[in-house]
Amino acid sequence: MNFFWFAWSISPKLLQGSLTSLELTVLAISIGLILGIPLSLGRVYGNKIIYTVTTIYIEAFRGTPMLTQLFILYFGLPSIGIMFPPFTAAVIGLGLNSAAYQAEYFRGAIQAVKDGQMVAARSIGMTKIKAIRYIILPQMFRLVIPSWSNELILLLKASSIAYMIQVSELVSVGRQIASRNFRTFEVFLVIAFIYFVIVEVLNRILHSVERKIKIPGL
Amino acid sequence: MAQTIIKVENLHKSYGKTEVIKGVSFEVKKSETKVIIGPSGTGKSTLLRCINQLDSPDKGRVWLEDVEITKPHIDINQIRASIGFVFQSFNLFTHLTALDNVRIGLMRVREMKEEEATKIAVEELKRVGLGDKIHHYPAQLSGGQQQRVSIARALAMNPKLILFDEPTSALDPELIGEVLEVMINLAKEGVTMIVVTHEMGFARSVANDIIFMDDGIILEEGPPGEIFKNPKHKRTAKFFSKIT
Repeated sequence: MNFFWFAWSISPKLLQGSLTSLELTVLAISIGLILGIPLSLGRVYGNKIIYTVTTIYIEAFRGTPMLTQLFILYFGLPSIGIMFPPFTAAVIGLGLNSAAYQAEYFRGAIQAVKDGQMVAARSIGMTKIKAIRYIILPQMFRLVIPSWSNELILLLKASSIAYMIQVSELVSVGRQIASRNFRTFEVFLVIAFIYFVIVEVLNRILHSVERKIKIPGL
Repeated sequence: MAQTIIKVENLHKSYGKTEVIKGVSFEVKKSETKVIIGPSGTGKSTLLRCINQLDSPDKGRVWLEDVEITKPHIDINQIRASIGFVFQSFNLFTHLTALDNVRIGLMRVREMKEEEATKIAVEELKRVGLGDKIHHYPAQLSGGQQQRVSIARALAMNPKLILFDEPTSALDPELIGEVLEVMINLAKEGVTMIVVTHEMGFARSVANDIIFMDDGIILEEGPPGEIFKNPKHKRTAKFFSKIT
């Protein structure tokens, strides 16, 4: 069987795996987004206690390998009675990890918004919370897109480590196929290509979002 | 006698060990244009920011009409909503159009309906001569136009007074005129204003009263005719001789 026929024949299974990888990535990036915003706000605007707590969280997750975090979650927590199915554990692990990175990107973007914006918002009588909601965050989201795109792509590729805790994502499916027919080289060439295509598509989507919400004249 | 809008009493402000304002007291009456002049770094801008507490004063009291706004538990946001502030560097919200810049305070602070807020905002933008630029973003406007939008943003809140912090200092010379013109009209219409500026022409012709500040204190105060012609202090005379 030549390479292309072979690639075609294994494609249904690989597509299934790709879908799982994508699902995992989307869920994890969403968790990271939802947690990352308050974490970044805590670091920029929080009082000493909030600042310390958010900083510890961020440094802990950025300072240790993702695989270690995943193993603690999946193999470690059952010893104190907390058990997650593999996919759930992977979503939580990747999500909590991504939150730390996203928080840092958000923090950078918030600090890139000029000081005068907050001052002007306060001067018309906005509370700090309203100023953050209506003035700072809308500008932050525009500024953060380039680095956030990076995080999304890194996370998609990093989602392959879910293979280590028995999630049937793309790499894991590849291993199964290769273990049956020993065409490891071809299988993983196809898989690399699939990742590449997904990354390109995500890149383009985010580029067009960036263009669409760009502030005219800036 | 006209009603007092702002009363400042013995205001002090330090940054670290440097005392920037060393006991300042004055009053602004309704419809008055009070111009604050003086050398750079003498606390003029700080004084303005202490009035609406963008900087909080260390000591002293400020009243807005009969409310003491330096009391600890006062709702400062509500107070700020009724004191306009025009910044040297405009500080328009960069992600919002001129229209949104002007109506966001009405909608998010005053919680006005969009339709009503839009009506007021369009009117205020027309008042500063920008009726044809309402959908432009700040970056698409010249400095003078941006500053006029920021004046409209202050006006829209129907403030009891407007504080101007060197509103023309960041502008190219050819754009200063259009901003001053708007301010002159406001003075004529009876808007109460405190203006920190280096525009002596404006001070001379528009101010009801001029405060000369030096080194954190008010060195002298009086109507422009008096202050420009017969300054009481050598410092004031020296300042005028340098800038004219």
